[in-house]
Amino acid sequence: MLVHSRRAKWAVWAVFLVLFLPLFALPLLVVLGASFATHWSGVLPSGLTTGHYRAATRGEALQALTTSLVTAVTASLLALATGTWAALAGAALKKRHRRLLDALFVLPVAVPSVVVGLSVLVAFSKPPMLLNGTRWIVILAHTVLVTAFAHQSVSAAITRLDPAYEQAAASLGARPAYVLWRVRLPLLLPSLTAAAGLCFALSMGELSATMMLYPPDWTPLPVLIYAATDRGALFAGSAIAVVLMAATLLVLFAVSRVRTRASYR
Amino acid sequence: MGIRFDSVTVAYDGNVVLDSLDLTVEPGEVMALLGPSGSGKTTALRAVAGFVRPASGRVFLAEKDVTDLPPHRRGIGMVVQQYALFPHLRVDENVAFGLKARKAPKGEIRGRVAEALEMTGMAAYARRFPRELSGGQQQRVAIARALAIRPEVLLLDEPLSALDARLRSGMLTELARLHRELPGVSMLYVTHDQVEALTLADRIAVMDKARLQACGTPRELYRSPADEFTASFVGGANLVPVTVGAGGVSFAGTELKVATEGVAVGARATLCVRPHVVGLGQGPNQLVGVVREIQWRGATHRLYVEVDGHTVMADLRELKDPPAHGDLVSLHFAPDDAVLLAAGAGHG
Repeated sequence: MLVHSRRAKWAVWAVFLVLFLPLFALPLLVVLGASFATHWSGVLPSGLTTGHYRAATRGEALQALTTSLVTAVTASLLALATGTWAALAGAALKKRHRRLLDALFVLPVAVPSVVVGLSVLVAFSKPPMLLNGTRWIVILAHTVLVTAFAHQSVSAAITRLDPAYEQAAASLGARPAYVLWRVRLPLLLPSLTAAAGLCFALSMGELSATMMLYPPDWTPLPVLIYAATDRGALFAGSAIAVVLMAATLLVLFAVSRVRTRASYR
Repeated sequence: MGIRFDSVTVAYDGNVVLDSLDLTVEPGEVMALLGPSGSGKTTALRAVAGFVRPASGRVFLAEKDVTDLPPHRRGIGMVVQQYALFPHLRVDENVAFGLKARKAPKGEIRGRVAEALEMTGMAAYARRFPRELSGGQQQRVAIARALAIRPEVLLLDEPLSALDARLRSGMLTELARLHRELPGVSMLYVTHDQVEALTLADRIAVMDKARLQACGTPRELYRSPADEFTASFVGGANLVPVTVGAGGVSFAGTELKVATEGVAVGARATLCVRPHVVGLGQGPNQLVGVVREIQWRGATHRLYVEVDGHTVMADLRELKDPPAHGDLVSLHFAPDDAVLLAAGAGHG
């Protein structure tokens, strides 16, 4: 830390807590409190129950959780594969062409996700590319939205990669493909897992594009939360939100474990 | 197998970093490329490895033109300053990398890895990861990795620069031993350290400003350097401007006896005298000046003496009674210990 005196440290901590608690921690605590409540008219929630959780972990909600998980895992893996491929290809391009490629990949993030959702809907509603009404249109939209993040973090990692490794490998007689699989990708692995985690978390929380696209048999969890709060079932919605949060954090934690084992430096 | 540069020029964005280099490394020879940073020496090595493309000129390995071959098809071993060991592979996997990439049979790989680790004294560390080794050990593994593919050419790019002074002299001894054990391997050794070059090389190519300045055996370059840059860069030297006379030169109004073959009488020239051949006291070729600086270096004293506005350095066996700052002293040197450099030799 930059401050050394004990009093200054306490002051910094106090400022941190004053800013952090209301902005970040309190809203999450309120959701957690609401998820156990049946009424909340006083300072604290009342009529405590675990009933919302019973509802949130079976039937329609459980189905939606599975839908969300499958969507997020598929979209992140697809995004990671395309993003990494593009980043590796981009690294071999001249600077001006690389900038153009970077700009293209940032586009889905720069454009509001509602617009992305609408354009995916319009583009894939007619044969021969008729995906509307299937789960694939949701997965596709999520992939488009998160590929930008995968591409960005992997290309940042590639520029940090010391070319001495690939050159050492090449001088030892390794062909470019061998160098890619045995040297570059293993060295990029920590960034790849980090990118996968980021993509997964973003996809788990995606609502605005999903709203325009989801078919009745493929309802992700955020849509369910929105529907619940929309019809006034705030406490039931809170319980589903906590489930969504817990599931996402659990997967992210598992991914971060992979990362620590794969980081060599 | 030798290396041959045939007027190799390398330029980045029109900036010439290596200017028509002509140089031949004989099979089994250790050639040091010696020069300050930015002299083009590393570029020359990278042109052999295939990591830079010459703008013009050809590179030959064993009389075969490899200029258009990609690095992985050149069959050379390379060791760089930062080791570049693969951090995700164990020591034995690092050493086996080149053999696996060439799809060598499994049994052969095991034998060759063991042999290479044995040769570099790293057999006990085979199961470790690079991050668990010291800098010197990592460099040994890097050398083992390069040797495992049994290259006929070994490129060494400042291999000892990242090590501290004591380790460096130890590794220098090791490299000399490796060279004796592998007499067929040509080595191109890039360094900015003249001690490494003088110790290890059969011949030294002195580089400066993208050009080859001089090339010869360490003894030739040290005893009779061709130009001022070589004289001062290899071994350090006193360089004083003189006027050539018959049978000697004159400097600061003093006649000095030195060989003057090949230099016209009356011409301006530079006299090169190594600091360690300069003595204190009366003798032939005497110079009188004021002591400006005196450094005790353990076994020697170094004197900086100002003679007629020029500083002359003298390395003397440790003096019992050294002169003091500001004292008037006389220095001398034997006539055949000095070399006369004609003006215009090199760039001076």
